[in-house]
Amino acid sequence: MIGLPHYILLGAVLFSIGVFGVLTRRNAVAVLMSIELMLNAVNINFVAANKFIAVDAVVGQMFSVFVIVVAACEIAVGLALIISINRQRKSVDLNDFNLLKW
Amino acid sequence: MNEFILPNAWLIPFLPFLGFALIALFFHRWPKISAAISILTIAASFVISVMIATAVFAEEGGAVFEYSVRWLDMSGLQVDMGLLLDPLSALMLIVVTSIAALVQIYSLGYMKDDPGFASYFAYQSLFAASMLGLVIADNFGQMFVFWELVGICSYFLIGFWFGLDSAKNAAIKAFVTNRVGDFGFLLGILFLQIIFGTLKFSGLTEAVPQYTNMALLIPVAILLFMGPMGKSAQFPLHVWLPDAMEGPTPVSALIHAATMVAAGVYLVARAFFIFSSVPEAMMVIAVVGGFTAIFAATIALVQNDIKRILAYSTLSQLGYMMMAMGVGAMTAGMFHLTTHAFFKSLLFLGAGSVIHAMHGEQDIWKMGNLQKKMPVTTWTFIIGALALAGIPPLSGFWSKDEILLGAYASGHYGLYILGAFVAFLTAFYMFRLIFVAFFGSSREGEHAHESPGVMTVPLVILAAAAVSVGFINSPLLHHIFGEFINSPAGIQPHPSNMIMISSSLIALAGIVLAWLIYQKEAVGHLALRNRFKGVYTLLLNKYYIDEIYAKLGEIFVYGGARAMYWFDIHVVNGLVDLVALVTGKSGDTLKYTENGQVQNYAMYMVAGALILVVLATMAAVSVIA
Repeated sequence: MIGLPHYILLGAVLFSIGVFGVLTRRNAVAVLMSIELMLNAVNINFVAANKFIAVDAVVGQMFSVFVIVVAACEIAVGLALIISINRQRKSVDLNDFNLLKW
Repeated sequence: MNEFILPNAWLIPFLPFLGFALIALFFHRWPKISAAISILTIAASFVISVMIATAVFAEEGGAVFEYSVRWLDMSGLQVDMGLLLDPLSALMLIVVTSIAALVQIYSLGYMKDDPGFASYFAYQSLFAASMLGLVIADNFGQMFVFWELVGICSYFLIGFWFGLDSAKNAAIKAFVTNRVGDFGFLLGILFLQIIFGTLKFSGLTEAVPQYTNMALLIPVAILLFMGPMGKSAQFPLHVWLPDAMEGPTPVSALIHAATMVAAGVYLVARAFFIFSSVPEAMMVIAVVGGFTAIFAATIALVQNDIKRILAYSTLSQLGYMMMAMGVGAMTAGMFHLTTHAFFKSLLFLGAGSVIHAMHGEQDIWKMGNLQKKMPVTTWTFIIGALALAGIPPLSGFWSKDEILLGAYASGHYGLYILGAFVAFLTAFYMFRLIFVAFFGSSREGEHAHESPGVMTVPLVILAAAAVSVGFINSPLLHHIFGEFINSPAGIQPHPSNMIMISSSLIALAGIVLAWLIYQKEAVGHLALRNRFKGVYTLLLNKYYIDEIYAKLGEIFVYGGARAMYWFDIHVVNGLVDLVALVTGKSGDTLKYTENGQVQNYAMYMVAGALILVVLATMAAVSVIA
C-alpha cells in the first residue's frame, strides 16, 4: 500500500535532484529546468498532504495550481533573461556571468 | 569708639581694593591721580589699623573680636567669611599698612617716569588689599583665597617689566613654585574640613588639641606647612625668591621682604595650636627653618648683586623665624617677623635708592664710595644692616636674641649653634656689602646723587623704626610684646645675659672680619676666592639647586611626557590601527567568497538551510528525549 511517507520521500528525492541540478549545471536553461523539478517536488508534497491529512479540503490542490502558474511565469521571465543575456555575451554558461564580484 | 571700629574692620582691606578698582576702571590714564588714590587709601587703612590696634591692645592680654557671616550653606558644608581681630592680626595690620604706605610713597620717586606708573599703583593697592584680607581672615578657607590673591599680585609685580625675559621667567617661576606649596596647603585645609567639619580658627583651636588620631594629624600638619614653605620660601621651595628680585625694588621691599613672604610665618603662628600639638611637625618646621637659614646665609656670602644679597638674607631670616616657630618660641618668631619687616624693607628701599642713583646698576663691585654722595641712604642702610646683624640695642638684636634663646631654652642646642653661626654669617655678608658698595675704592659711584625727598623720608622713618621697634619686647619694657602675642603651647624663656652677650660678640666678630677683608684688605678677598675655589663656585652657583631642578624637571616632566608620547603612539594609536587592520584583513580574506558565481551563492544558501535543519532536528530530538 502506498502511503504518505512514499510521496514525501519521492518529493524529497525530486527536490534534492533539483538542488543538485541548480548547484552543478553550467547551462542556465538546465538550471531553470532544475528549479522546475524543485517546484514540482513541492507540488507533490502539497497534493499528498491534502490527500492523506485533510481529505475534505482542497487547499493542497489549490496551492499546487498556484505554484504551477507561478512556475510558468517564472519560466517565461527566466527564459527571456537567458535569451537577452545570450545576445549580450554569446553564452548561456553561468561561469561566464561573474561580473558581480570583488 | 570700639563698638564702631571693630565691626568695621573690613574697611581695612576694602579701602585699598576700592583704590585698585578706581584706578583700574577710571583713573589709569592719570598717573598722578592713581598714585594719590593708592596712597590715600592705604593711609586710611593705616589709620583704621592704628585705631583697631589701640582697641585690641587696650585690654589686658589683648581683646579678641570675631565677626562672621555665613557665606555658603549646604548640608554638611558651612563656609563663613569673617574677621578675626586679636593681638596677632592687629600687629600684622600695623606692620603691613605702615610699610605698604611708606613703600608707596617711596615708589613715587622710584617709579617716576615709568610708563606703567598707574598700573604699578593699581597692583600695589590690590596687593595691600589681599594681604590685609589674609591677615584678618578668621578661617582657613578665606585665608586661602587671600593667600592666592597675594600670590597673583606677587606674580604681576615680579613680572612688572614683562618686556624683560628674565622678569617674565621669574614671575612664572615664582607662581609655579608657589603652586607646589599651595597644593599641599589646600589638601591640608580640605583634611581639616573633613576631620573637624570647620575651618574657623576659633573652632579648630578647641577641637584640634583634643584630637588623638596622630597618624592622621601628622600628615595634615605637614601638608598645611607646605603652604608656608612655598610662600615663605623655605628650602626646597626657596628658588623663586631670589629671582623675584627682577621686580621693581619697592616691590621687593614690600612683598618679598616684609609682608607676603612673612605670611607663611604668620600662618604658622595663626595655626600654632595645630602645629604645637604635633611634635613631629614642629620638628620638621624647626629643621627646615634652621637649614634654610644657614643654607641661604652661605649663598649670600658670595653674591655680587645688591638685591640678591638682600634676597638671600631674607630667605635666611625667614628660616630663622620658622626655626623659632619650630622650637616653640612663637612669640620670638612673630617678634622677629615684625622687626625684620621694618629693617629689611629699609635695606631694600636703601638698595633701591642706590640702584636709582646708579641708573640701574646692581653689582656691588661697580658702586664704591657712595657714602660721600648719598649720605642719607648710606647711614640709613648702615642702621638697617646693624639691626639685621643684631647689634644692640637695635631691633634685630632683641628679636634674634629671643630666637636663639628659644632654641637654647627648649633644648635644641644644635639649632642654637646653627643660629649663632648664621648670625655671624649675616653680620659678615651685610658688612661685606656695605664696605664694598658704600666705602669701596671703585670710582664708578662718583656720578651718583642722593635720591629725592619722597625716597629718603621713608628711609629715615623706617630707620627710626628699625632702631626702636625692638624695644617693645625688651626687658626694658618688660616684654610687653610677649604679653599679647603668645600661645599657651609656646615658650617664653627668661632672658639670659650669656646669650645676649655672646650673640652680640658673634655679630661684632662678623663685622670686624668683613672690615678686615673688604676694607682693610688684611686678607685679599681675591686671594680667599682662589684659595677656596671649589666652595666659592658652589656658593656662587647657589648649590646648583636651580640646575638640579632643571635636570629633575627634564627627567620627570619631559621623561613623563616622552613616556606618555610613546604610550600614545604605540599603544593607543596601535589599538586604533589594529582595529583598522583586522577589519581590512578580514575583508581582504572574505572577499574571495564573493566570486560573482550565482551557483556559489546558492550553495551557501543551501548549506545554511541544511545547518538550520540539522539544528532544528537536534533540538527536537533533545526535547523528545
